[in-house]
Amino acid sequence: MTSQVPDLWPPTAQEVVFLLLGAVALGSALLVVTTKQLVHAALWLVVCFGALAGGYLVLTAEFVAWVQVLIYVGAIVVLLLFGIMLTRAPIGRSADLDSGNRVAAVLVALATAAVLVTVVVQGFATAYTPLEPGRGAAASLGSSIFRSWVLPFEALSVLLLAALIGAIVLSRTDIGGASRATGLPGPDAAPGASAPTAGDSEGGPERVSRSTPVTRADREPGTTPESGSGGGPRSDPETGSDGVSRNGG
Amino acid sequence: MHVVYPVIVSALLFSIGVYGVLARRNAILVLMSVELMLNAVNLNLVVFDIWLRDQLHGGQVLTLFVIVIAAAEVGLGLAIVLSVFRNRRTIDIDRLRDLAERDLTSPGPADPTGSGPIVSTAFGPTGPAPGSTDRSEAG
Repeated sequence: MTSQVPDLWPPTAQEVVFLLLGAVALGSALLVVTTKQLVHAALWLVVCFGALAGGYLVLTAEFVAWVQVLIYVGAIVVLLLFGIMLTRAPIGRSADLDSGNRVAAVLVALATAAVLVTVVVQGFATAYTPLEPGRGAAASLGSSIFRSWVLPFEALSVLLLAALIGAIVLSRTDIGGASRATGLPGPDAAPGASAPTAGDSEGGPERVSRSTPVTRADREPGTTPESGSGGGPRSDPETGSDGVSRNGG
Repeated sequence: MHVVYPVIVSALLFSIGVYGVLARRNAILVLMSVELMLNAVNLNLVVFDIWLRDQLHGGQVLTLFVIVIAAAEVGLGLAIVLSVFRNRRTIDIDRLRDLAERDLTSPGPADPTGSGPIVSTAFGPTGPAPGSTDRSEAG
């Protein structure tokens, strides 16, 4: 942006600090995606986000840096750790964290990196801006949000409310069962009327039958018409798991 | 500050996130990799905001919005993952194959890692799953 652009090398002190923070962020991100221990991945994520927050500080985006520390390090990583805990992940090394398509993933990632770095270096090789403090302070950013970006800000609050309610509905097991029982009205009624309705008092079979596709429920009375009268022979191997679960419900 | 340094860091961070999404099997690790990709995008936004000297601070405001959306995404994603874990006793995304395209005429339970046995044992003594299993075997 200025008339005289300094050379790309040697980097200035700001750039050296930023590159060191970027190296920390990249190294910890690599450890996040390659470590064998699930909890360590979340903890390396803290290091990565912290280094990125330091990078924001170097780039004079102070408010974004503190929001990054507050929300990412303070909230999201804690949420991920709770998720790890609630899914009863093994503490310690587990060998099955990587899937079988690891080689393809390496290839795709390397290709993405090559394309992006090539394009970016060609596009922004001479782009330069002197850093001046104060552009990312809370005062200027706040006035900008509440003057120019009020409508997206309010829409975002509605989105957060929707996400909150959605997470509650998804997480609780004692609500939503009744609506799901009536969610499969017609075709489900025929086997359900003859089968013992033991599942109506408990949440278990309803939750199991959530895995049953509706199309299969639509198709089933046609293909096995005798199933509507008496529980039916569920011995056909194709509907194995779903026949079991739907019999109970 | 040369713009190319943070932009290269951002590109490499995005690539690491892509690798994590493709190579990991645990759903929570996939969510973490998605967070890495979102952070790469945030770094890009901040750098271009600083470079272009936007009077409206569009880049940094959009970064804040992306952070909020990422928080909502992680909340909903973890709720879905916990729901899947309650039903299937696993969050291994290689084994969640209910939406995979299968040949419907071929005999199904050749796949031993299907959801059937896992679901029927998940609610073992509390649900009517063992009784219905017996009926299905007798029928």
